[in-house]
Parts: sequence; structure tokens; C-alpha cells
Amino acid sequence: MSHRTITNKAAAGVAAAALLSLTACGGGNGGGGANAWVLTGGGWPAVEADFESWNEQNEDQQISVESFENDAYKERIRTVVGSGEAPTLVMSWTGGALLDYVEGDRVVDMTEETEELRDSMHESVWQNGEVDGSVYAVPMNDVQPVVLYFNQEVFDEVGVEVPQTWSDVEDAIEAFEAEGVTPFSLAGGSVWPALMWLQYLTDRHGGEGAFASVVEGEEDAWSNESILFALEQIQWLADNGGFDETFTSVTADQNEDARLLAEGEAAMLLQGSWVYATVHEDFPDFAESGDFGFTEFPALEDGQGDPSNIVGNPANFWSISADASEEDQDAAMNYLTEHLFNEETVETMLEQGSLPPLEGIEDQIAETEDADFLEFSNQLVSDANHFQLSWDQAVAPDQEQPLMENLENILLGSITPEEFAENMNALQN
Amino acid sequence: MTQTVAQSAEEISDGAPQVQRDGAMRQSRQGPSFLMALPAVLFFGIFALIPLLGVLVLSFMSWDGLGSPEFIGLDNWVRMFERDQTMSSLWLTFVFVVICFVFQAPVALLLGVFMAGAQRYRALLSVLFFLPLLFSSVAVGITFQQLFSPNYGISSALPFDWLPSQWLGNPDIALYVVVFVVGWCFVPFHSLLYQAGVRQIPVSLYEAATIDGAGRVRQFFSITLPQLRYTAITSSTLMLVGSLTYFDLVFVLTQGGPGSATRILPLDMYISGFRNYDMGGASVLAVILVAVGLTLSLLLNKISGSSKMESDKAGM
Repeated sequence: MSHRTITNKAAAGVAAAALLSLTACGGGNGGGGANAWVLTGGGWPAVEADFESWNEQNEDQQISVESFENDAYKERIRTVVGSGEAPTLVMSWTGGALLDYVEGDRVVDMTEETEELRDSMHESVWQNGEVDGSVYAVPMNDVQPVVLYFNQEVFDEVGVEVPQTWSDVEDAIEAFEAEGVTPFSLAGGSVWPALMWLQYLTDRHGGEGAFASVVEGEEDAWSNESILFALEQIQWLADNGGFDETFTSVTADQNEDARLLAEGEAAMLLQGSWVYATVHEDFPDFAESGDFGFTEFPALEDGQGDPSNIVGNPANFWSISADASEEDQDAAMNYLTEHLFNEETVETMLEQGSLPPLEGIEDQIAETEDADFLEFSNQLVSDANHFQLSWDQAVAPDQEQPLMENLENILLGSITPEEFAENMNALQN
Repeated sequence: MTQTVAQSAEEISDGAPQVQRDGAMRQSRQGPSFLMALPAVLFFGIFALIPLLGVLVLSFMSWDGLGSPEFIGLDNWVRMFERDQTMSSLWLTFVFVVICFVFQAPVALLLGVFMAGAQRYRALLSVLFFLPLLFSSVAVGITFQQLFSPNYGISSALPFDWLPSQWLGNPDIALYVVVFVVGWCFVPFHSLLYQAGVRQIPVSLYEAATIDGAGRVRQFFSITLPQLRYTAITSSTLMLVGSLTYFDLVFVLTQGGPGSATRILPLDMYISGFRNYDMGGASVLAVILVAVGLTLSLLLNKISGSSKMESDKAGM
């Protein structure tokens, strides 16, 4: 073998290596002292600031903070938790990931220590951090329910009322179609906004139990008639002008879906509570025009579900790593019980228009600039009988991606609801 | 694009001693000491060979990121080969590589030849052509995403009804749109290679051809093209292997969607590993990619006869 073929092989190897560097993952606790990983953007800088103030007040229990971009965090956290290298405070969206952590004994039971904290929070949010009656994670930031936004001007022009029930929705679609207005803006290209539709429709039709059996791993749980109903409705909306003709190309990354609403191209938008801030930031004219409205997801007339139920992100949660030293665990626990949602933090959050999952802050809310929206979402959360965590987080981690892929195929019309159920059932374990 | 740089360096150093050896002054073989390659060999060993072996081992294990990997023999391999997505990703990768090549190669060649000339505004235009190479691929991806937006992109800005309103959202054309954007990014690099290649062609060849009465087209096909054949080999190898393992721009543009219309093998590997937490399966895909990549580069070398590359300028 000549010298040249070896170099050629080496060159190809270099190419391959560059590709494989993708699969390399590192991270972990740098050793010594408690630490926490947070995300970037949104309200996260405030969380970092919160740790800073803790560190200033607690010389002997320092917690160092490192921030990650959302996807980078998700890719990394699982492997570091699995290898016992997790940061002391492990952030999660609860759901399937938390379940895995608990089953692997990677996070500590903090039922006793957090009793007091529990009393201060909305029960519907708190529940998400529990596994088999024990607390393994506590809410650490704002509540993000999914609400229905609307553009009043468009409703006035077409002469219909904001829908309260599903039959109102059907009538409204007809009226809007006649006027050439898109009833609902939906960022189908990003897929996850469509999950909100699937969740609400399933819940309104069959209540929270329909999805609970999926999480519990029941066989054929995805073939539940409420899930099938929701999928059928989504395809019906797509086929009957409920969404924009090009909705599978609209993405949420650059807030294109909110823009369609703000510019009156669409009448309504089902999205997370964070879109309220987005609209104020990106489309101030619309936000201040008095036409920017928000309401609950319509009720389904003969549905079994409780119309007070909501879906969304109850919050992000902190767990404490069981692999951390006792000293570090103490520091983290003290931070959670003494410092979490302190007065200053709550004030900052409300100023930013984000809602802490706390009971009894109505007076404080009333004084804020965004009082109307915060009051509305606070009411929504405290009245909710059940707060459904986003399904992509709730399902077992190996179902998350298939769920999104199958939902995308539903939007594209390339599979039927039955095929969706069949594909997902195959992954039930 | 680490591999691009690494490989182009390799190609260039590959040609150099050859020219000397086969040139007029035939020397005894006394290349630079192996010690000079040591840093590169160490770097390569630590960051390429070891992870590569790790991935090979991992491909025989079941690991979801949590807990410890478990040896399961050939199960991953059987499972990945029985999976529909693997086959469709392989096919898609093949199509992607071929149309990337068919699109980029001629455009890069023509632009390169143009950039090497002495036309008016050539310098200015060359700078413009070169710009895409300087942009970060994420920025390019996001910008094109906006351009292809159905409501606020080119389709609604331009008054042409025949423009499709859905670009990246239409499974039938998404792949071609992605190929176009990738080409837009990489054509400048290959043009640069060709430009350098053309500049090396002795003017005397063209002068002689002109005297013999050859026109521009004839000169292009009889002098420029044959003289560029080693440049073409370098450029094609980079293009083919590069698009085989290409990831970032496709990921930003479509994430493999809509559906799985643009889910080429590198993306499938990423999604299997980091979205489905199936590290074993993803490792299988990685090993397949390495094998295909290696085979492709070796094959290209064989076909192009680079092992018997000869100087184009012997006797001039």
C-alpha cells in the first residue's frame, strides 16, 4: 500500500471525524461547589440574576451558574445526568424526562423540605413535579398557559363574535372564508404550535384522562377516541380553510404566526402566553390599538372535558441531583426553600409580564402595566382543574420526536388519524 | 466545514511532491521528517480516531443517554437496516449529493473561469460572488427561511403568479430549494479553486491556439478544461464528500422536514441520537456515513487516477 492511499484514507477519516464530532458530548460538574444550568433568552437572565443575589447573601453556599441555548441544553442534560455528572440543580420540563430521572434514582425526593413552598403555589402547576405522590421537582419560573389571541378589528369587519364554543368556531370559519380572511393563524412549519390544538381538542373532547393513559403506558392508548377526534378536527380545519392555505410553511421562529394576526391577515391565533410579550415588542401598533384580545379555548358542546382545563408549560422545574455531594445538595435545597420566588424576583417577573405560579399575588398583579393579561392568565391558572403539560415533554423521551413527526404528517395530510395512532401505539411500552 | 479545509490541505500537499519528483530534476526521496506530521497525527488520533472507535463500539450497544450502555450485538444494525427511514435517508442523501454536484460543479467552473479573466468590473463582481462564503450558515439559513416565507417572502413580494407560494413547506420541492441554498453558499469556494487553477495555465498555450485560429469556445474546451482537470478532481472530491456529510444549513432551513422530505443521513443520525435518544442506532448511521464517505473518496481517487498524476507543464 503506497504512502498516498494512506493519506487519502486519512483525509477521508478527517472528513468522517468532523461529522462525528457532532456526536461527542461533554459537560458535567467542574467539581467543588453547587452549580446550576440555565437557558438563554426569555426570562432566563433574571434567573441568573437571582442566583447572583443569592451568592451575595450566602458567602458559604455559593451556586455557580452556566447558561445554555435551549437545544444544546436538552442534548446535554440527559447524558450528564445519566453519567452522574449532572449539575446540582437539574432543570427540566418534568414529564417523561423527570420520570426517567426518578426511576434511575438520579434526583432526590424533597417532599418534606418543600411543604411550605407547596402551600404558596398553584396546585395545578405544582402537581407536575410529583411522581407517585412524592415531590422531585419544584416550579422555578413563570406559568405559560396556551390561550386564544384574536384581532377584534377583523371580527368587527366580518361581523362575527369571538367564538365561545366549537359550533361558534365552525360558523366563524364560514363567515371568515366568505370575506377572504384566515380564521386561525397556525405555524404548521414549526409543528409544535399544532400540538396545542391536538392537546386542547383532546382535552375538551375526553378530559385529561385520555392522555393520562398514554403516559401510563397503556396499550393502544393513542387510539383513544378523543385523540382521534382531535386529529380529525385538525385535518378538517386544514382542509376547510380553518388555517391559512400555506400554513405548513409558516414558522414560529420569527413570529410569523403572530404577525399574521397583528396585520389582520388572520383573525385568531392559538399560542403560548409568551406571545403576549412578543406582540408588544414586535407589533406595538397592534398591541396598543385596543384590538389585541385574548380568551380561553372554546368549549366543546358535548365534550366530556372540563372547559376550565388548560394546556401549556406549567413552568420549568428544579430538581436536585442525587449524585451531588451532600454539601452541594444542602446549598441547593436552601436556595429552593429560602430564595426561590423572593419578593424581588416576583416583582421583576411581573414587570416583565411573566406570571409566577404563586397564590395570592392578585394585588401585586393589579399594579402592573400588563395587569389585564396577567389577571386573565392568573385566573385561568388558578381556576384550572387540570394543567396539561405539553405532550412532547410529557411522553417518554423516545416518543417525543415520533410524536412531532407523525403530527407533521397529519398536517401535511400524508397520514390518517388512524395511522397516527397506529404509529404511536407501536412505541407504547 | 473542518473536513473541507483539512482535505484541501491534504490534496494540495499531495500534488506538490509529485510535481517535483516527476519533474525535470528527479530527486531521491527525502521528504520532510515524520516529526513534522506529529502534531497533525496526534490531533487526528485524539479527535478523530478515538471518537471513531467509540462510535463503532457504541453501534453494538443500546444506550438512551441515561444509565450505562448495554452490549446487544448486532441488534442495532439489524434494526437500523430494517427501518424504512434509513433506506429513504440513504436514497435522499444520494439524490442530494448528485444534484448538489450537478448544480455546483458547472456553475463554479464557469464562474471561476470568468473570475480569472480580465473583463471589466471583474474585481467588483468577484467580490460579490465571494461574499456568501463569508456568512455564517445559520445566518444564511434564517435569512433564506424568511425569503421563502409564503406570506412575507419573495413569493408575495414579486408579482409573478407562477412562483410557488410554498418553498420549504412543500415536500415535493423542499429538497431542491435546500440544494440551491447550499449551492449558493459553496459555489464561491469552488469558484475560487477554479480561478486559481485557470490563473496557472500558461498564457503561451492560448497565444499558440489563437495563432492556430482557435476561437474562445474551442480554447475553453481544448485548453482550459484539460488544464483544469486536477483542480476539478480536488473540487469534485470536496463537493461530493462535503455534501455527503453536510448538516448545518439543512438543519437550520428545514430540520429534515416537511415530513422527512429533506432528512438526509447526517440529519437522520442527529435526530436518532439527540432527539430520539437512540445513541446505538445513531452510531450505526454514523458508521455507515464514514464507510460511504471513505469509499467515495477512495473511489474518486481511483477513477481520477490521482495516484499517477502528472505535471501538465512538463516541457514548457
